[in-house]
Amino acid sequence: MLLIECPWCGPRAETEFSYGGEAGIVRPLDPDALSDEEWADYLFYRANPRGAHRELWNHAHGCRRWFGVERDTVSYRIAGSFRLGPAGSETGKGANTERDD
Amino acid sequence: MAAAQPNRLPRGGRIDRSRPLKFSLDGKSYTGFAGDTLASALIANGVLLVGRSFKLRRPRGIVGSGAEEPNAIMQVGEGAGAQPNLPATRVELRHGLVAHTTRGWPSVRFDIGAISDSFGRILGAGFYYKTFMYPRFLWKYYERAIRLSTGFGHAPAAPDPDVYEHRNAHCDVLVAGGGPAGLVAALAAARSGARVILADDGNEFGGSLLSCAEQVDGAPAADWVAGVVAELRGLPDCTLLPRGTVLGYHDHDFLTVAERCDVGEAADRQDHARPGETAERLWRIRAKRVILAQGGFERSLAFCNNDRPGVMLASAVSTYINRFAALPGRRAVVFTNNDSAYRTALDLAGARAAVEAIVDSRPGSGGELAARAQAQGIPVLHGRVVCDVTGKKRVRGVRIAEWGGDSWETIKSTIYIDCDLLAVSGGWSPAVHLHAQAGGSLDWDETRLCFLPAQARQSHDSAGAGNGRQSLDECLADGLRAGAEAVAKLGLAPAAIEAPAANSAGQLPIEALWRVPAERDADRCPKQFIDFQNDATVADIRLAVREGYRNVEHVKRYTALGFGTDQGKLGNINGMAVLADALGKTIPEVGTTTFRPVYTPVRFGTVAGESVGGLYDPVRKTALHEWHEAAGAPMEVVGQWHRPWYFPREGEDLHGAVARECLAVRNSVGAMDASTLGKIDARGPDVVEFLERIYTHNVGRMKVGRCAYGIMLGEDGMVMDDGVMARLGENHFYLTTTTGGAANVLNWLEAWLQTEWPELEVWLTSLTEHYSTIAVAGPNSRVLLEKLGCDIPLDKENFPFLTVRNAKLAGMPVQLFRVSFSGELAFEINIASQFALDMWRMVMEAGREFEIAPYGTETMHVLRAEKGFIIVGQETDGSVTPVDLGMNWLLSKEKDFLGKRSLARPDCLQEDRKQLVGLLSADRRTVLPEGAQLIEEAVRAGATPVPMCGHVTSSYHSACLGHPVALALVAGGRARKGETLFAVGPEREPIAVEVVSPVFYDPKGERQHV
Ligand SMILES: [Zn+2]
Repeated sequence: MLLIECPWCGPRAETEFSYGGEAGIVRPLDPDALSDEEWADYLFYRANPRGAHRELWNHAHGCRRWFGVERDTVSYRIAGSFRLGPAGSETGKGANTERDD
Repeated sequence: MAAAQPNRLPRGGRIDRSRPLKFSLDGKSYTGFAGDTLASALIANGVLLVGRSFKLRRPRGIVGSGAEEPNAIMQVGEGAGAQPNLPATRVELRHGLVAHTTRGWPSVRFDIGAISDSFGRILGAGFYYKTFMYPRFLWKYYERAIRLSTGFGHAPAAPDPDVYEHRNAHCDVLVAGGGPAGLVAALAAARSGARVILADDGNEFGGSLLSCAEQVDGAPAADWVAGVVAELRGLPDCTLLPRGTVLGYHDHDFLTVAERCDVGEAADRQDHARPGETAERLWRIRAKRVILAQGGFERSLAFCNNDRPGVMLASAVSTYINRFAALPGRRAVVFTNNDSAYRTALDLAGARAAVEAIVDSRPGSGGELAARAQAQGIPVLHGRVVCDVTGKKRVRGVRIAEWGGDSWETIKSTIYIDCDLLAVSGGWSPAVHLHAQAGGSLDWDETRLCFLPAQARQSHDSAGAGNGRQSLDECLADGLRAGAEAVAKLGLAPAAIEAPAANSAGQLPIEALWRVPAERDADRCPKQFIDFQNDATVADIRLAVREGYRNVEHVKRYTALGFGTDQGKLGNINGMAVLADALGKTIPEVGTTTFRPVYTPVRFGTVAGESVGGLYDPVRKTALHEWHEAAGAPMEVVGQWHRPWYFPREGEDLHGAVARECLAVRNSVGAMDASTLGKIDARGPDVVEFLERIYTHNVGRMKVGRCAYGIMLGEDGMVMDDGVMARLGENHFYLTTTTGGAANVLNWLEAWLQTEWPELEVWLTSLTEHYSTIAVAGPNSRVLLEKLGCDIPLDKENFPFLTVRNAKLAGMPVQLFRVSFSGELAFEINIASQFALDMWRMVMEAGREFEIAPYGTETMHVLRAEKGFIIVGQETDGSVTPVDLGMNWLLSKEKDFLGKRSLARPDCLQEDRKQLVGLLSADRRTVLPEGAQLIEEAVRAGATPVPMCGHVTSSYHSACLGHPVALALVAGGRARKGETLFAVGPEREPIAVEVVSPVFYDPKGERQHV
């Protein structure tokens, strides 16, 4: 069971959290302007890397805040947690938008 | 008493001879002593034959003394509290213990299944796969016969009466294993101020020290153990868990330990199974550092008939002699490829057993232990091997041959020795299970011939025999090292501690002997067993290789090697060595199979802990629950809610009650407890903008006081939830969700607010349990509320359909909604939950003159289906868009909302998507089965495949229409009205149905507007 650091509550057991998938998937501002392929890319495609992965977690059975975690998908080691800043900021959901694919 | 235990030694052992314990095996009574295991007590009583093998039904005896035991698998206890499949070596003896062998049927001494041993050659690897596969329709009979004749233990039929609990703990250092290395490591850590948990599988600490004749710091080893344990017990931050088996090493240094609580002294007090007393406790421990000191497992050797009762692990023989004062045999031969078994020869000699010979495969001698043995007059036969065993239910003798290296395919015996015990040692394998579970890697050590823990992936270290250390000296020193390193990594100041000194004898290296050649061709000789419990032999592994298996995981599954309750602790490494030989590879090239939790079998009750019965899942009850119960309503479980299903009157069944309730609502008035609907208060300066993005309709156009039916979609365009929402103020909304979706919707809204649109100022609060909701529906609902006394006008002009008002009803403050899920004139009363029961009673009282009917979820379903109203999760399944449901009118063209773009994807635009329609059975009598598939032609059952064009989502008998109605999703359904389709379910003839509009009742929707 993972030990996850909630930026507000401290380290807690994984059972207190729910998983929110890859971080940094930003909703397009004008979906209608996107081609079907571009919309499908936003909707369905995820990086699924082997190694470092920035992802969203929710302290569902605690403070109910969403935050980011960088976790290694092989070792499950967690490098750290980060609060989500305003959109477009360093730690906002707009961060880490570069993708391998 | 001792006279009844013919093989009990007169002195010694860690048993309490003043406390005899009576027990029984297969109905026969025996006596042992406190401190015995079931296995040691049986050996003391001269019972060695304890079972039959899984496949070949060969008689089997006790082989080991711990978790590696493959044969002595017992059913312990009787009735509901019985435990199947326990190794007798891990069962502590207690007074009145009742055990049964589980493998022999009808008895271990006479087994009709043993005839299959004669056909052993056809029962090779993959036998079950090959023989019983065809014809396939007979498999269910084959399987029953196989299961019956394999005779595993029986799971009790009644619920487990025992009580289990879970406990969470944290520590600086968790030490797994309380043998020499573990004890020193724990002491080093605890003296330095670390918070330590020391868990050991045994009933007392000491591990191998309890079974050996060696000395530590000049005192008998057991005395040294007692001193260390006493010191640890006195330290405030040290938790000792004897009888605590570390089961699993999970992510992030999270470990589970099963602590047996209903044995030992608790059992001696005879309060076993006292109601409420914990039988077993699961510790869930998060550790900063972990020291794995679980010791090692001795390996057997593969030679012909190596499974005969009386062939035992040398270390087990020593354990029974030294720890339990039980002598497994009187004329012994010791067979080894390493030094450790010489101690067993010395132990046997010390117990006055005749040691006929030590058969050592290694050519030379010169070792200190060999010298000691020879000094006692024990013959040592170097460069020789035991190649066969005589005797069937007990060893009678061994054939011994010269050994010239493993290139020999066959061998010729030259010596025969009579004996009743063969103590075997094939070397030692460190217990690397937890290290491997934690993700650590293993390295093959070519000198010590074992896999050693290499790179750790979590915060663990290995020590002692589990780290490949062989002598007691080395183990003690390694434990001290591991303890000191853990202390340093924790940043604590290390306490001064000296390594205890032991007088370990120098050891000569082990020889690589895995399989002894037979006197005949290896595939035709008597069986050479690798995995005793599953009867996997050398020949089986070779056969698997001949049939093309190369990967160790595949060979494991084909031969069942390592599949038993011991999980290959005895035989796996030998099997890998034989496989490597057959493949022409090295052992590290072949590799090990995966080590998975749990380390030893665990009771289901321990895993479940307190989460059983009423504590398995929370039960949510509405404020009106007691009224519903008093009214005799059966409950329907919806999510965690218990909702009244229907309210039967005297002599009514479900259908009668529902028909009456439906007619009451359509013709007069009914009332329903709708409190379980999710309720969310949403407010803030940006709430309109936020809800515009969430809901599909134009939220901003709603005037204060208006209600609207709203749906929300996932980003994939599929319907996620629905409900009525109301605008209570400029920047204040009240949202309702489905009963089952309440928590998900709130999380969904929060996720968007927090991660995507943190700039929006909106606050969401769940009111689901704060308010109760009473739906009053039917043409007489308005007069009923007026009769109750309402301080606002309720007429159509002042309080129209789809509006909300604050009011006082019967003097109590309420929110009144003019909404309807039945299609009738209806009101929903929202009231603070503490007043809800009073309000409900007043509604019932006032409704008496209208013959008001309380109604439950079933009537609600029928009423809404008559109107073609959907239920999310019944008409939808995550693949249904609002367009499929005919809800285009709800989709705003003027704004974006979640999921909107997906509705324009090509898949969502196809004409032949499944669409919501109504169905009427052609005979207007048959109620269609929900879930029935729809087909276009009435093909015969069995004529497959038949293209399916849809399925029935809801189906009820409609009392007010006088015929059944059904809703369905049909491909291109809206264009197929008037067509005839056929509904098919299992075991039914196709039912002709007509495709119609989904709105069966009041199609213009006039009744709800009155
Ligand atoms: Zn938190």
